[in-house]
Formats: sequence, structure tokens, C-alpha cells
Amino acid sequence: MASEQPSVPAKAKLWNRPGFRALVFQVLLVAVLLYFGLTILGNTLHNLEQRGISTGFGFLNNEAGFGIVMSLIEFNESHTFGRTFLVGLLNTVLVSFLGIILATILGFLIGVARLSRNWIVSRLAAVYIETFRNIPLLLQILFWYFAVLAQLPRPKQSIGIGETVFLNNRGLYMGAPVPEAGFSMTIAAFFIGIIATFFIARWAHKRQDATGKQFHTVWAGIGLIIGLPAVVFLFSGTPLAWDLPVLKGFNFKGGMVIIPELAALLLALSIYTASFIAEIVRSGILSVSHGQTEAAHALGLRNAPTLRLIIIPQAMRVIIPQLTSQYLNLTKNSSLATAVGYPDLVAVFAGTTLNQTGQAVEVIAMTMAVYLTLSLLISFYMNWYNKRKQLVER
Amino acid sequence: MSKFVPQPDLPAPITNVGVIGWLRNNLFPSPLDTAMTLAALYFLYLYVPPLFDWAIFSADWFGDSRDACTSGGACWVFVSVRFKQFMVGLYPDAEVWRVSTAAVLFVALMIPMFIKGFKHKAWLGAFILFGFPFIAFILFSGGSFGLELVETNMWGGLFLTLVLSFVGIVAALPLGILLALGRRSSMPIVKSVCVVFIEFWRGVPLITVLFMSSVMLPLFLPEGMNFDKLLRAMIGIVLFQSAYMAEVVRSGLQAIPKGQYEAAKALGLSYWQSMGLIILPQALKLVIPGIVNTFIALFKDTTLVLIIGLFDLLSMIQSASQDAKWLGFEIEGYVFAALIFWVFCFGMSRYSMSLERKLETSHARN
Repeated sequence: MASEQPSVPAKAKLWNRPGFRALVFQVLLVAVLLYFGLTILGNTLHNLEQRGISTGFGFLNNEAGFGIVMSLIEFNESHTFGRTFLVGLLNTVLVSFLGIILATILGFLIGVARLSRNWIVSRLAAVYIETFRNIPLLLQILFWYFAVLAQLPRPKQSIGIGETVFLNNRGLYMGAPVPEAGFSMTIAAFFIGIIATFFIARWAHKRQDATGKQFHTVWAGIGLIIGLPAVVFLFSGTPLAWDLPVLKGFNFKGGMVIIPELAALLLALSIYTASFIAEIVRSGILSVSHGQTEAAHALGLRNAPTLRLIIIPQAMRVIIPQLTSQYLNLTKNSSLATAVGYPDLVAVFAGTTLNQTGQAVEVIAMTMAVYLTLSLLISFYMNWYNKRKQLVER
Repeated sequence: MSKFVPQPDLPAPITNVGVIGWLRNNLFPSPLDTAMTLAALYFLYLYVPPLFDWAIFSADWFGDSRDACTSGGACWVFVSVRFKQFMVGLYPDAEVWRVSTAAVLFVALMIPMFIKGFKHKAWLGAFILFGFPFIAFILFSGGSFGLELVETNMWGGLFLTLVLSFVGIVAALPLGILLALGRRSSMPIVKSVCVVFIEFWRGVPLITVLFMSSVMLPLFLPEGMNFDKLLRAMIGIVLFQSAYMAEVVRSGLQAIPKGQYEAAKALGLSYWQSMGLIILPQALKLVIPGIVNTFIALFKDTTLVLIIGLFDLLSMIQSASQDAKWLGFEIEGYVFAALIFWVFCFGMSRYSMSLERKLETSHARN
């Protein structure tokens, strides 16, 4: 008997146990981080005191004293810094929203063109994709702003389309619709149309499941959402006036205007992002194996229903997550607005407001918080979507 | 009975093969396609000849002032006169050889990486990533070995763009690896610290990071201590980039089968041994294309330093085109910058794609 061999292994020394090591390591990490954070905090407070900058968010209630070239809500010099934040935020939302719509349309078109069996169309789409995604976005924004839009004529020599649309180097001027009394009925009709379409679609779906009979939901929907408000609009006596832009002095007054800063930013953002979306769409459609198409054809589905019922729903599973992250990128990239002076959140708030108040920490923190909230919301949505659409494997 | 002699095969119908067949199948298979083809051809006819005419045939190539630009085409004189500034910024003329030497050295070091039979790629790669930057730094900034000191505010142009993106990647790689390992750690505090760090930097736009590094960083430091502008921008870029790098590395770590981790443990390797000897070598090899793609994104993003007042390539061109002597030649400047960025990014993306294909074959599906 080998009695010197203990039947129970000796207990490992304390510092050799994984649990203990993990604990020590984590305590150390927390200590280092705390020390680091406190040092930074101390330095910052000391530096701010030295420079005579007050801390806190009180500055948000002070009068801003500067104008903003474009705002969706009323704004002038006497409004507060807090309101500059809101103006910037709304402008960011506006350019991101428009950019996302344009980029999606353009991206899907180019992506489908890239897959076309027509050689020249597919080549052109490839050239588009490879050109625009390999050139920095900032360069594209500057190009549109300084090289293209700055070459437009002065207001007096505007390019006019009829008497309602004018294009010059100060922007694109258009007539603005002004609703009169009774227009709310048209809006109500529009929403009624949407709600009715929703219920009809549900009814049609149920009926098809039960009886196999099909119903032209699309046409009914178009009739309800567009036709119904149009009829109401005509019968209530077209209660809509147009505020037309008129040349007064050196520039146009009245109407709506798309300022060149917005146009340049929008063009560059949507063209750049579209090249990425096109690749996503292409890879999404290619990811659906050809067997699916063959199986659908074997079941007797024609090309259009195959695409609509078989290919696209499966391609969307691949497309949507990547598309969402492109939307997020576009929103973050819209902060490049500051290079051409479009008054978005970064330009107005982290730019002008920061310079005026010197409250660097608060301003940057607020700006970052906006983008962070947005990206966290989007990643929550993505996780939820991925869970819902995941292939259920048995 | 006569023997059956098969007739020779008939050639395929002329409309299905050769040039005509290709045209029919690829350009004119249906009326809609015919219309699209014709529209595309018309579009090309409308825009391509004038473009070539502007850029090449009726362009002005030689001269030393804007008076040389008379033909109405592109005025490349603008670019050739300012070429030195676009490449190295305000770097002193007498010292430009230092930048060129580093560039030549870099290319010379990179060549063996593309040679198939070369055996020491890993060592050479490690040297390029972690040894070369020090040599380059000594060359660029000087102040030792009898080299004259060149302040970083003289650095500019394409040179600065390359320095920023190279530093961004080289410094972000180790940090990204640590963060990725931390995010997959079983220690809850380590894991949450890494997750918060990564998600924070990935959630904010680079421009706010640059703003932060240029206005907030000086506040964080003890009084009297300050970095120069370039270093501050670099710190911002590295922190930002490390978060993206961490996610790339993490995707590689996730692709390594569990058996590898277990086998390493079974051999009695410690955590760092199993990571350094077993997991990371495989994971990093898998994510090389991902790293190259991150590099491309960073390379394009370095143009943002224009906004905080550093003079990279785009910024040089922007300020040159606002020069009173050269007003009205923005387009030439932007096209030149676009061409340089395009060549770099396109080249790298092709390289990454070829790597992806090469690496795919070595990992046959099981």
C-alpha cells in the first residue's frame, strides 16, 4: 500500500484557487478605476475653478444670444441655451430621417440592379458601390457643398421651375402649403383610411386562410389611404393655400427652403450610405438558397409571388439587422454637418453653445448621451428583432 | 446491315454562343432589359466622354500658376504646384527625406508579406506592427540621433493621414484584444466594465470623441501638464477604435470551437498560456479580414480631424482651395483627394477579400 499517497488531494493554497484570484483581480480593477476616476474628477474640478468656469446645468436657462440659420421650432437670439439643444436635436433628427428614407430607396434600387442579369446595369451598380463607399464621407459632403452647390446661380439669376420652385446658391425655394379651415377633415380622412386598411387587411387574411379566396388588399388600401382624403379634400372646397416664395431684395422670402447645407449633407449621406445598403441587400438576397426559388416554382408560384412570399421574407432576416446598424451609422455620421455649418446637434450645441459658455464637460456629456441613448435603443430593438426572427431549429 | 455512323454534332445556334449569344443573354434578353441597356448606354454616352475630356484630354498639366490653366478642362497645375503640401503638409523641405525613407522602409517590409513561400510572416508582421512605429517615430519627429526636431504641428497631408490611421490600428489592436477577452471573461465586474467601455465608444460618433479629446482632455489632466493637439486626437482615435477592434476580435474568439478551450485546459495551461498559445493565434488569423476592414473605415474616418484643426490630406486640400490665388479649383482638389483615398481603400478591400477567400479554404466545413 502506498500510504504516502494521500487519498484526498491537499487543499489548494488560497492564492491558487480560481475563485479567490478572480475576487482579488476584480477588487484591484475596481480600485484602479476608482482611483483613476477620482483623479480625473479632482483635476477637472480644480481646472474649472482655475479658469473660473462654473459647473452644473444652470447655463441651459441663460439667454443664448446667437441665431441659428435653420430651426424647426421658433428660435431667436433671446431664447435659452436649453432651446439650442432642442433645435440642434430636431435638426439632427430631420436630416437623419430624410437621409434614411433616401438612402434606403437608393440602396435597394442599386442592390437589385447589382443582381440584375443585365450585364451593363449590374456593372454600373458595381461601379457606383465601389466608388462611393471607398471615398470618405466628409470629402463627399465638402464636394457637394463647396464644389457643386456653391456653383449655383445667385438669387437674382435663380433657376425657376414655374413660379413655385426656385433654385439658387442660397437654397431650393418651394411653395409651402398653408392649411385653411376645414383641412382637418382631409387629415381625419387620411387616418380613417389607414385604420380601415388595417382592418380590411386582417379580414382579407382571415378569409384567405379560411376559404382560400383572395382579396385585392393593395388596391383597396390605395383607394382608402389616397382616394378617400382626395375626395374629402375636393368636396370640402380645397381648403389649402400656397405660400409662394417671392424675390425681395437680395433673396427670396416666404415658402419653404432647403438650405444648401442641408442639401449637401443629405446628398452625401444618402449616396454614401446607399452604397453600403446596396451591398447588404445584395448579400441578403443571395443568402436565400436557390433551392427556395426552385421549390416555389415547383409549387406553381410565379416569379412575382415567389419574390414576395418566399425570397424577400427570408432575405429580410439577413438584411434588417445590418440595415439597422447602417441607419445608426447614418445618424452618427450626420454629426459631420458641422463641417459645412448645417446646424445639427454637434454644430449648434457642441460647437457654438460650447464656445459661448465654456461648459465643455456638461455640453459634451449631453451630446454624447443623446447618441448613446439612440444607439442603445436601436441595439435593444435589434436584439428583440433577432430573437423574434431567428430560425427556430428543432 | 450497315453500321450506324453518328452524324457530327451540329454547332450550337449562332444566336446562343459567341458574341451574339452573350449580347442576347446579357444585354437584350427581354424588352425591359433592352430598354434598360439602351438607357444605360445613353447615360454613359452623355457623361463618360465629357468626363474624360475634362479630366485628361483638355486638362492642363504643366505650369506653375493659374495662368497656365486656359483650356477649360481640369487644372491639374493646382495639384502639382501644391503636391508637396498635399503629401507631407508643412514638413520642412530639407527633412522630407525622412518621411520618404520611412515610406520606402514600410513598402520594403510589406513586400515579403505578399510572397507566397516566405516563412517568417508572423515575425515580420509583428515587427511591422510593433517595431516599425518606433523607428518611424524617431525619423519623423527627430530630436535624437542628430536629427533635427520637427514639431507635430508641421506634420500634415497624406503623411499625417497615414500616421493617424496606422497609430490608430496598432495601438487599438492590443487594447481591443484585452477588451474582447474581458468581455468574454467569467468575472462579472471585468465583464461589465468591458461591456460598458465598448458600448460607450461604439455608441458615440467619432466627431464628438475628437471634440472631447480636444476640449475635455486638457481639463482631466493635472494643471500644467498638456499634450499636443496631435497626441490628443490620437488618444481619442485609439480609444474609439479599440472598441470596434474588440468586437472584431470577439467575433474571432466566438468562432473557435469549444474543444480548443477545453483541450488547452486539459493540458494544464493557465488562462494566459491557453489564450496566448492556443486561442488567440487561431482567432486573430480568422479576423485578419475584419481588421483590414476596420482599418479601411478608420482610414476614411481620419479625415474628421479636419474639424478639430489638424492638417490631414483633406484639410490641406480644403485650405489650399480657399487660397485667394487658386479660388475656383475646388473640384480638382477634391477629385485628387478622392482618387488617393479610393486607391487606398479599394486596394485594401480587395486585399481583405482575397485573404478571406484564402483563409476560408483552410477551414473546411465540418
